[in-house]
Amino acid sequence: MTQSNSRIMLILFVVVAAVVPLVFASGYQLFQLTLVVAYALSVLGKNLVTGYGGQVSLGQGAFYAVGAYTAAILMEHFNVPYWATLPVAAVVTGMVGLALGLPALRLGGLYLALVTFAMAVAVPQLLKYKLFENWTGGVQGIVLNKPDAPFGLPLDPDQWVYLFTLAVGVVLFVAATNLVRSRIGLALMAIRDQPLAAEAMGVELSRYKTLTFGFGALFTGVGGALGAIAVGFVSPDSFSIALSLTLFVGMVIGGASSISGAVYGALFIVFVPNLAEEISKAIPGAIFGVILILFMFFAPGGIASLLSAQMRRFRAAR
Amino acid sequence: MEGVLHQIISGIATGSIYASISLALVMIFLATHQINFAQGEMAMFSTYVALTLIQAGVPYWGAFVLTLVFSFIAGMVLQRTLLEPLARAPVLASVGAFLGLLLIFNNIAGWIFTYTLQPFPTPFGAGAPILGGMLSRHELGSTAVTLVVLTAVWAFFRFTRLGLALRGAAYNPVSSRLVGIPVARMLSLGWGLAAAIGAIAGMMVAPIVFLDPNMMAGVLLYAFAGALLGGITSPLGAVVGGVLMGVIENIAGAYIVGTELKLTTALVIIVVVLVFKPSGLFGKTLANRV
Amino acid sequence: MKRRTVLAGIGAGLAMPHIRPAEAATVVGVTKTEIKIGHTIPYSGNASSYGVIGKSHAAYFKMINDQGGINGRKVNFISLDDAYNPAKTVEQVRRLVEQDKVALLFNVLGTPTNSAIHRYVNQRKVPHLFLSTGADKWANPKDFPWTIGWQPSYHTEGQIYARYIQQAKPGAKAALIYQNDDFGKDYLNGLKDALKGDFDKVFIKVLTYEATDATIDSQVVSLKESGADTLVSACIPKFSAQLIRKAYDIGWKPLHCMSNVSASVGATINPAGPEKAVGVISSQYLKDHSDPDWKNDAGMNEWRAFMAKYIPEGDINDAGYVFAYGAVQSMVQTLKQCGDDLSRENIMKQAANLKHEVGVLLPGISVSTGPTDFHPIKQMQLTRWTGTTWERFGGVLASS
Repeated sequence: MTQSNSRIMLILFVVVAAVVPLVFASGYQLFQLTLVVAYALSVLGKNLVTGYGGQVSLGQGAFYAVGAYTAAILMEHFNVPYWATLPVAAVVTGMVGLALGLPALRLGGLYLALVTFAMAVAVPQLLKYKLFENWTGGVQGIVLNKPDAPFGLPLDPDQWVYLFTLAVGVVLFVAATNLVRSRIGLALMAIRDQPLAAEAMGVELSRYKTLTFGFGALFTGVGGALGAIAVGFVSPDSFSIALSLTLFVGMVIGGASSISGAVYGALFIVFVPNLAEEISKAIPGAIFGVILILFMFFAPGGIASLLSAQMRRFRAAR
Repeated sequence: MEGVLHQIISGIATGSIYASISLALVMIFLATHQINFAQGEMAMFSTYVALTLIQAGVPYWGAFVLTLVFSFIAGMVLQRTLLEPLARAPVLASVGAFLGLLLIFNNIAGWIFTYTLQPFPTPFGAGAPILGGMLSRHELGSTAVTLVVLTAVWAFFRFTRLGLALRGAAYNPVSSRLVGIPVARMLSLGWGLAAAIGAIAGMMVAPIVFLDPNMMAGVLLYAFAGALLGGITSPLGAVVGGVLMGVIENIAGAYIVGTELKLTTALVIIVVVLVFKPSGLFGKTLANRV
Repeated sequence: MKRRTVLAGIGAGLAMPHIRPAEAATVVGVTKTEIKIGHTIPYSGNASSYGVIGKSHAAYFKMINDQGGINGRKVNFISLDDAYNPAKTVEQVRRLVEQDKVALLFNVLGTPTNSAIHRYVNQRKVPHLFLSTGADKWANPKDFPWTIGWQPSYHTEGQIYARYIQQAKPGAKAALIYQNDDFGKDYLNGLKDALKGDFDKVFIKVLTYEATDATIDSQVVSLKESGADTLVSACIPKFSAQLIRKAYDIGWKPLHCMSNVSASVGATINPAGPEKAVGVISSQYLKDHSDPDWKNDAGMNEWRAFMAKYIPEGDINDAGYVFAYGAVQSMVQTLKQCGDDLSRENIMKQAANLKHEVGVLLPGISVSTGPTDFHPIKQMQLTRWTGTTWERFGGVLASS
C-alpha cells in the first residue's frame, strides 16, 4: 500500500471513528469505546515491549496503574486539569519503565517474566500501603470528576471524553508506527530476532532494551491515565494481576508484532467478556478461556497477522 | 529467640507447599521448555477429584493413587489435544492457551464443586502437633513427601534413559528425532508427569490451607518465584527456592517490614538475587549456539 | 469528489442536533406487566464465590413470578458479571441504566465496585438499594439520597467488639489481624472509633494479610509472640479457619472475637475443627443453617423449601444463600409498598420507609429505615461457640 493511500485510509478511519459513534452511540457505548482506545494504547505498549522488543513482560498492568494513579493524584490533590495529567503520566510511567529496564538487562525470558509478574502482583499492596495512603486514598481509592467539553462545545461529557481519548490515541498510534519504522524500531526487531548478530553489527543491546521498556511503559501509562479519566475512579482492586493478564490476552489475540493488533486486542478484551456472559451466566470465565484457546488455534499469530495473510492472498490472487 | 525459630519452621512448612508446585513447574519446563501457568489450577482440580472419591467412600490411599492416574492421563490428553497443534505456532500462542486453561479450570471447579471451603483429610494423622506445637504432623509428613518426590524426579532425570530422552526431546527436538526419540510422546509424558506431581502437591497443600477453587492462586506466584530463584532447570533448586521463599516471606513479614509489605519485600529479594545470579541459585545457564 | 463528500459528512455530523434519548422520566423500567431490576456481582475472577448471591436472587424472583409477581407485575431481573473490577462495574451499571433502562439497582456487591458507581447513580437519580457490602459510608441520605445499604456495617461490628472487650476483659492486651482491604479496614476503624485515644493502649499488635496469601500461619505466630491475650480477627472463612486451627496447635488461647463474615459453621468452624473453636466469640444477624437451634425453625424451613425447589444443586451450607434470601425480602417488601406508583422517587421513598420482619434474621432483629435512617439492620447479637453450637448471649445490641 502506498504512503499516500495509507494516509488517506488513516484519515478516513479517524473521521469515521470520530463521527459515527458521536451520532449513533449512546453514552454507555461511547464509554465502552473510550475504554477500547485506552486499552488499545495499553496493549500497544505491551506490543512494543514483547512483540517488537522480544522481551516478555507480564506486568504491564503495573504501568497502567502508575499512569492511572498519577492522573488521579494530580487531579484530586493538585487540581491539575485532566488533559495536563497526560504528559505527566507519560513521563512518570516512562521513567519507571526505564528504571525497570535496567535489571531487565540481566534477565532473559522466564526470569524477566517472573520479575514483571511479581511487579504486577505487588502493585496493589504498594497502593494500599499506609505511608502512601494520603495520596492514593488507600483501599478506598479516589473518585474523579468527568471533564466537561471545553469552549462550550455542544457535547456531553461522554462524547467529549471519547473524542479527546480518540485524539490522543491517534497521535500516539501514529507515533508508534513511526517509532517502529525508524532506526530504533529496526534495532529492536534485530535484537528480538537475532541478538548476537545485532550486537555484532553494533546495535547497543543495553540501550535499546532499556528504551523498549521505557516506551512500552509510556504508552501503557497514558492508556491508564485515559482509562482513569473515563471510569472516574481508581482503587487498588482495579489494578490486580488480572489486569496484566487481560492486557496479555489483548496482545496475543490482536497480534504481538503489530500496531493495529493492539486495536483488535482491545476490542476483544472489552467486548468478549460480555459475549461470554451471554453464552453462560454460570461460567463466563470458562467460556472466555475457551474462546481464547479457539483464537489461539485459528489465529496463533493474532488477528492482525491473520488479516494481513488474507490481504496478501487476496492481492496475490488478483 | 523462640519466636524466630517458630517463624523459620513455619516458613519451612509453608515453603514446602510452594516447593511442591515448584517441582511440577520444573518438571514441565524440563520436559517442554515451557512454563504452564495453569499448573496450580490443574493441581486444585485434581485435589477436588480426590476429595470426590474420598467422599464417595474410597479409602485415602486408594483415592490418592486413582487421582494420580487420572491426573497423569488428563495431562497427557491436554498436551495432545491442546499443545501439540500449537507446537508450530509462536510461543505466545501457547502461553495464551495456558491462560485459557487457567480460566477454564478455575471457573469450572467453582461451578461443579462450589466455593464453600472444604477440609481435606491428611494421611498423617490429626494428632497433636510436635516440636511444642510449631509443626503439625501433616506439615512434617508433607515436607517428607515433597522430598521423596524430589528424589524421585532427580533420579528419574539423572539415571533413567527415559528421563534423558525426555530432556533431550525438550532441549533439541530435531536431533532427538534423528536418534529415534518419539518427541511427541515424550512431551505428552512430560505433561502427564507434571500433572501427577501437581496432584500430589495439591493433596499435600489442601489439608493446610483448606480446599477451595482459589486455593492455588496465592501459591502459584511463590512457587514460580521459588522455581526461578532456585534455577528452573534444577529440581533441587526448585525445592530449595520454594522453601527459601516461605522462610523469607515469614521473616520479612514478622521482623523486617511488617505484613503490609511482605509480598513486595520477598519479590524484591528475588530480583536482587537474580541480578547477581541470573540463572538462579542452582541453575545452569543454557548456552546459546551462535 | 471523495474529499468533498467526506467533509460534507463531517459537517453534517457536527451540525446534527445533539441526539440523546429523552432524559429519564421518573418512571423507568416499569410497564403494566413488568418491572426491571438491575444487579452486578462477580461471576468470574477470584471473587466469584459471591456469585451464589446473584444466583439466589434470580431463583427467588423466578419464584415470585411463578406466584404471580408483585402487584401483578413480573420481575425482570438482569444480573451482570463485573469480576469485582470497579472499571467493569461502571461499564455494566451504565449498560443497565442507559441501555436496559432498569427501574433500580439492587444488592450490587462490593465496596470498591459500589464506590465507583456511587456518584453516577446519585447524579442520575437511580435507586441504588440494599447494597451488598458492610461499609459504613452508604448510610448518607443527605449527600447520597439514592443509596441505601442493608447489612449491619463492619464498622458497627468493630465497635461492638471493642465495647465487649472493655466490659468482659478490662485491662486486656489485644491484637488485631485484618484483611488488607476495605472490609478489614472497616473493623480497624470501628475499633478505633470505639476506643478513641485508648486504641494504642489496648491493641498492642496489629497485623494484616492479603486475600491472595496462601496461609496466615506466620501472622498467628507473631500474634502469639506479642503476648496478647485477646484477639479480634477480620478475616474471610478460609483464613479464620486457619487462624483458629493454628492458634490451637501452638497453644494460644486468646479471647477471640471473630468477624461475622466467618461465623458460618459449615464454612469456618467445621474445617477448623469444632473442638478447636470453643470459646470463639462472634456476632450474627442471620440464622445459620447448620446451627441445631434452627433445625425446625419456620423461617429457615421456608428458606430450605425454597432452596430445595429452586436451587436444588446449591450448597446448602453456603451462608451466601441465606444472606441473599434475607436481602431480597426487603426488595420485595419495598416494591409491594409502592403499589402502583413505581416511579423512582416513590421506590426510594418506600425503601426509606421500611419496618418489617425477615424470617432468616435472628429473633429480635428486624429491618427498619426512615428518611434520615439509612441503616436497615442496626442490630447484631453476640454469640459464643460452645463446641457444638453457637450460643447467643447478651441480648440484641444496637449500634450507637
